[in-house]
Amino acid sequence: MRLPMTTAAPAPTAVRTPARMATTRFLRHRLAVAGLVLLGLIVLLVVFGPAASRFTPEQIDLLARNQPPGAIHWLGTDQTGRDIFARTLSAGRVSLLVGLLSTLISVVVGTTLGALAGYFGGWVDNLIMRFVDVVMTFPSIIVLLTLAAIVGPGIDKTILIIGLLGWPLACRLVRAKLLSVRELEFIAAATALGAPDRRILLKHALPNVVDVLVVFVSLGVASAILLEAGLSFLGLGVQPPQASWGNLLTAARELTVLEAYPWQWMPAGALIVLTVLATNFVGDGLRDALDPKAKA
Amino acid sequence: MGIYALRRLLISIPLLLVITAIIFTLLQFTPGDPLDAYIPPDQVVTAEQRAIIRHELGLDQPKAVQYARWLQHAVQGDLGYRIKNGEPVAAEIARRLPPTLLLMGAGMGLGVVLGVLFGVMAAVRRYTALDNVLTVFAFLGISTPAFLAGLLGLYVFALKLKWFPAGGYQTPGDGGVLDILSHLALPALILSVTYVAVLMRYTRSSILEVIHQDYVRTASAKGVAYPRVVSKHVLRNALIPVVTVIGANVANLIGGAVFLESIFSWPGTGQLYLDAIDARDYPMIMGTTLVLAGTILLANLITDLMYGLIDPRIRYT
Repeated sequence: MRLPMTTAAPAPTAVRTPARMATTRFLRHRLAVAGLVLLGLIVLLVVFGPAASRFTPEQIDLLARNQPPGAIHWLGTDQTGRDIFARTLSAGRVSLLVGLLSTLISVVVGTTLGALAGYFGGWVDNLIMRFVDVVMTFPSIIVLLTLAAIVGPGIDKTILIIGLLGWPLACRLVRAKLLSVRELEFIAAATALGAPDRRILLKHALPNVVDVLVVFVSLGVASAILLEAGLSFLGLGVQPPQASWGNLLTAARELTVLEAYPWQWMPAGALIVLTVLATNFVGDGLRDALDPKAKA
Repeated sequence: MGIYALRRLLISIPLLLVITAIIFTLLQFTPGDPLDAYIPPDQVVTAEQRAIIRHELGLDQPKAVQYARWLQHAVQGDLGYRIKNGEPVAAEIARRLPPTLLLMGAGMGLGVVLGVLFGVMAAVRRYTALDNVLTVFAFLGISTPAFLAGLLGLYVFALKLKWFPAGGYQTPGDGGVLDILSHLALPALILSVTYVAVLMRYTRSSILEVIHQDYVRTASAKGVAYPRVVSKHVLRNALIPVVTVIGANVANLIGGAVFLESIFSWPGTGQLYLDAIDARDYPMIMGTTLVLAGTILLANLITDLMYGLIDPRIRYT
């Protein structure tokens, strides 16, 4: 998909800082830029869209049930006459929030453990990484569903469960990065100056993992959004009346809704695919931009 | 190779133990008396009898001892009784396993064949319109969850176009091979979408890595025709890393199958599992979790073994 980049001739003028070089590489990645624009539009729509709607997402109107899209209800209404446009956008807030917060949990847990493993090495590394191996071999969807069935539904639980299953990858990435960083001279210099481990780790070593984490976040958010949708679709994630993209699709489990009222489930489905697609493009572009040596 | 296989096998045993331990721990947090899972509900038992059964089953023993006992029963194929109707869990799972294996096998087969085929096409015609179309398809496939693809497929191909039946395993009263195949086609195709997308990308990049190697040029220079160079010289080496990807995605395949079985009313283990979750039928949840997780581990093991078999350079260290 990507041309093997023949290292571009150095720009004669501007100073080439790593950040600037990465930005240039990212902007050259057309799909990534398109993804970023699309993602921006979706976020704007989800944040400001509800204000443009005449209806609130939970406003029931039994006289206007199962209305097709039209001038009053832009995307039609559901079985209890709630406005699909308002519900889909409000659902988007929840879905994006779940995606971001659960990825944040993964990042915090993964970075902490990965930093300890990568920086200290030895038995600490062994212990943590064997644990990661075990968690990574877990059939995550099955464990996820079973866990969700046991702890019960809810936004907070959904975020927690998805976050706690996603950290091993972040842990591996951070560890791998720190293993190479800790051999560098500036770490040796800091050690020679007598800086304590905590200071070296936090001030000198950890800032170097920002680039791998940025890539992890973009890809992690995409998979978290998919997991939330799956859980909520089965009624194990976000619960109605609060809409989420996943539980809006639940209505389509009934064949009549699926066949006769496609406007009730298609917008949510389309937004899931577009958001995940855009996030994947951005993640792909970031990976190429931040680590030009890495292969796809 | 023998030692490699043996060591690989030995490693997956503790893994399965850890998973069973977790399942067992989860079982302890489920509401209700675990004793109920062992007594068929249609049997009337007095409090005295319950105490005796509790003692016999060792439920008054420490948790670690209980775990050992549970493991012993599970190994012997005894997974307890369903809360719903008192039937043995293991027998029900065994009955529902063949449709699931059929669906997964078909989805995986289609996925591997189509994925490699499209991957080769994209690599051979790289940077053309065909390559771009396949790339877009791959990204769409990766970004669409199985259940959404299932809903869309059901809507378009079964309800609107009426090319396929709208779910089920067979037409009542029919059940011939052709009948089952016509019911299988749509869910299997949809199940294969993610697989096709992922495999296609890996096959493509793997071929592009191999295609510039010296021995490929040598083959061309000797006058071997291009299709034969690709199929005999390039593909054989390019597919080695692809095998790992096949195995790594089995977990996704099973996850997808669970959702699709529910959407297409496919009477398999996945649907049984979701029904059990709906009904909070804990012995059945644990039983199906164990079987599905075990299947994934087994598939990973087989992939690793195949990897060792086709690439003689692999040595387990």
